[in-house]
Amino acid sequence: MKVLVCVKQTFDTEAKVELKDGKINDAGINLIINPYDEVAVEGAIQLKEKKVADEVVVLSAGADKALDAIRTALAMGADRGILVKQDKDADEYARAVALATAIKDENPDLILAGHVAADDGSSQVPTRVAEILGLPHVNVITSLEINDGVATCTSEADGGTATTEVKLPAVISSQVSWNEPRYPSMKGIMQAKKKKVNNLDAVAVDNKVNVVEFAMPAAKTAGIKIEEDPDVAAAKLGDWMLNTVKVEV
Amino acid sequence: MAGTWVFVDQRDGNIRKVSFELLSEAKKFGEEVSAVVFGKGVEGLAPEFAKYGADKVYVADADVFADYNTGAYVAQIVAMINEYSPNAILFGHTINGRDMASRLAQKLDAGLATDAIAAEISAGKGVFTRAIYAGKAIAKVEVTGSPVLATIRAGVCEVVEAAGAGEVVKAAVAATDADIYQVAKNFEATVSARPELTEAENVVSGGRGCKGPDGIKVVEELADLLGAALGGSRASIDSGWLGHELQVGQTGKVVNPNLYVACGISGAIQHLAGMSSSKFIAAINTDPEAPIFSVADFGVVGDLFKVVPLLCGELKK
Ligand SMILES: Cc1cc2nc3c(=O)[nH]c(=O)nc-3n(C[C@H](O)[C@H](O)[C@H](O)COP(=O)(O)OP(=O)(O)OC[C@H]3O[C@@H](n4cnc5c(N)ncnc54)[C@H](O)[C@@H]3O)c2cc1C
Ligand SMILES: Nc1ncnc2c1ncn2[C@@H]1O[C@H](COP(=O)(O)O)[C@@H](O)[C@H]1O
Repeated sequence: MKVLVCVKQTFDTEAKVELKDGKINDAGINLIINPYDEVAVEGAIQLKEKKVADEVVVLSAGADKALDAIRTALAMGADRGILVKQDKDADEYARAVALATAIKDENPDLILAGHVAADDGSSQVPTRVAEILGLPHVNVITSLEINDGVATCTSEADGGTATTEVKLPAVISSQVSWNEPRYPSMKGIMQAKKKKVNNLDAVAVDNKVNVVEFAMPAAKTAGIKIEEDPDVAAAKLGDWMLNTVKVEV
Repeated sequence: MAGTWVFVDQRDGNIRKVSFELLSEAKKFGEEVSAVVFGKGVEGLAPEFAKYGADKVYVADADVFADYNTGAYVAQIVAMINEYSPNAILFGHTINGRDMASRLAQKLDAGLATDAIAAEISAGKGVFTRAIYAGKAIAKVEVTGSPVLATIRAGVCEVVEAAGAGEVVKAAVAATDADIYQVAKNFEATVSARPELTEAENVVSGGRGCKGPDGIKVVEELADLLGAALGGSRASIDSGWLGHELQVGQTGKVVNPNLYVACGISGAIQHLAGMSSSKFIAAINTDPEAPIFSVADFGVVGDLFKVVPLLCGELKK
C-alpha cells in the first residue's frame, strides 16, 4: 500500500507575525511542518512500521524552501518527496488543484493530511482534494486502523466522537491528538539527504478568493492586576464579575 | 434570487447555536433570509428558525439525511442551488459545516471563506474577515460567485430574536443512499452537564497550575457556579486531567465567550490563540510575570487553591 502525506510548511507557532508593505512578513521566521501534518507523517510512518504500508511519499506545494519541510518528513522516515512549486499567494482552490494533480499521477491508496493549516486556518484543502479526486474524506481523526482496504477512523465530531469506515482510496485528515510525532534521528537526517525529491510545477489556475487587505488585530491591552490577600482579591474579582461582566450566578 | 441561506447545523433535532447566530447576522444583509435544514423528521423545527427572522425554511426530509454525511448533503444542496439560486450560503464553522462547505465549493469550482469572524455580503460578492496565524493577523478576503460561500466562527455573531414568516418550502429530495460514501459506525455524544466550549457564554479553564485532578475540581466548582463550560490548557490535557475535547488554543478549540477565566495557565502564545478574543478575560496565577496577565482584563496574582474557592463564596453571596 502506498501512503501519500500532504505537508504544508508554516510559521513556527511561536513566531511573531508582522506586516511589511501590507503583507505578512516572512523574513527571519523559523519555518516548520504544519503541526497537524507532522502528526499525519508520523501516522504514515507507523503504518509502514506495522507493514500496512510499504511506501510513504510526502507532497508539499510551496516555494523552494518548502523542501526543508519535505526533508524533515524524510528524516522522520518517509521514503521520498514531491515538491510542487507554487506561489505562496495561491488560495485553497489553487493549492488543492496543484496537490490533486500530483496525487493523480502517484495514485496512492491512502492520502493523509492535516485537518487545518496553522497559518491560514482554512481547513479546506484536503476536502477539496478529495472532491477533485472523487474520493471520500474523513476529517479530524484521532485514530486510524486499516484492514482489507477499509479504513476505520475515530474522529472528533460536533458534540462527540464518531467512528467512521471508508473504503480506500480515501483522504484522511488528522487531529494532533492522533499521535506524538517522533523527532528525526541523526541517522534519519543523514539518510534523508539521499532520498529522492521530485520537483514539479503547479498547474496555473487563478485564485478564487482574493485578499483585500492584511491587518493586525486590535491589541488586547492588559487591564487591572491585583496582588492582595486571597480574601480581598477574591472579593474584588467577584465584584468585577458580577458588576462589570454581569455574570449570572 | 433567493437571498441569503443559512445552512442549519443539527443532530437529532438539536440545533447548534451558531445556526441562530447566522440567521441573525444574515438579516443585516437586507435580503430574504432562509434557513436550510436537512434531516429526518425535521420539518417541525421550522418555527425555531422563524423566531430568529427566517422568512423561509427550506426542508429536505428523508432517511438519507438522518445523519450528516458529506455525499448526500452536498448532492442535495447542489440540486437546491440549481433550483432556487441563493445569493449566498452561510455555514457554521463546525466540523460538519466546514466539511460540507469545502466539498460544495470545490464541486462548484468556487471560492470559499472559512472560519470568518465578520461578514459583509452584497450582490454576488462577500467580504469576510478572517483571523489568520492563529489570530496573530487578520485578512480581509473577497469571495465572488453565485452563491457566495462562507463558514462563520461560532460565537462571533449575536443571536437576536426577530419574527420571520418561516414559510416552509419542501425541497425535492435529490440524494440517494448511493451518495453516501462514509459509513457512520458509531457516534458517542460527549456526556456533560456543562455547555460545550464553543457555544458557552462563559468558560473556566484550568492549567498546569491546578497540579492534578484535585485542582481541576476547584476550577470545576467555579465553572458550575457560573454555568460555564470547562476548558484547559494543553498541559492539563496532556497530563490526563481533562479530555482532549476540552483543550483551548491553537491546536484545540477557539472560544469566544463573554467571560474566560484562566486558572493556573501561563498564557503561552498557543493558548492565547484560542481565547484572546473573549469579551472579558480574568486570570488567576501565582506568577506576576505570567503572560496571561497581558491579555487579562482582571488579573489576580495569587494561589488558585485559595482564591478560587473564596471567589465561589463571594459569588454565592
Ligand atoms: C505546536 C504547538 C501547539 C500547541 N497548542 C496548544 C493549545 O492548543 N493549547 C494550549 O493550551 N497549549 C498549546 N501548546 C502548548 C503551550 O506552548 C504551553 O506549553 C501550554 O499552554 C502550557 O500550559 P499551562 O499554561 O497550563 O502550563 P504552564 O506554562 O506550565 O503554566 C502553569 C502556570 O500555572 C501557574 N501556577 C502554578 N501554581 C499555581 C497556583 N497554585 N495557583 C495559580 N497559578 C499557579 C504558574 O505560575 C504558571 O504560569 C502548544 C504548543 C505547540 C508547540
Ligand atoms: N501548500 C500545501 N502543500 C501541501 N499540503 C497542503 C498545502 N496546503 C494545505 N495542505 C494540506 O491541507 C491541510 C489543511 O490546510 P488548509 O486547508 O490550508 O487549512 C494541511 O494540513 C495540509 O495537510
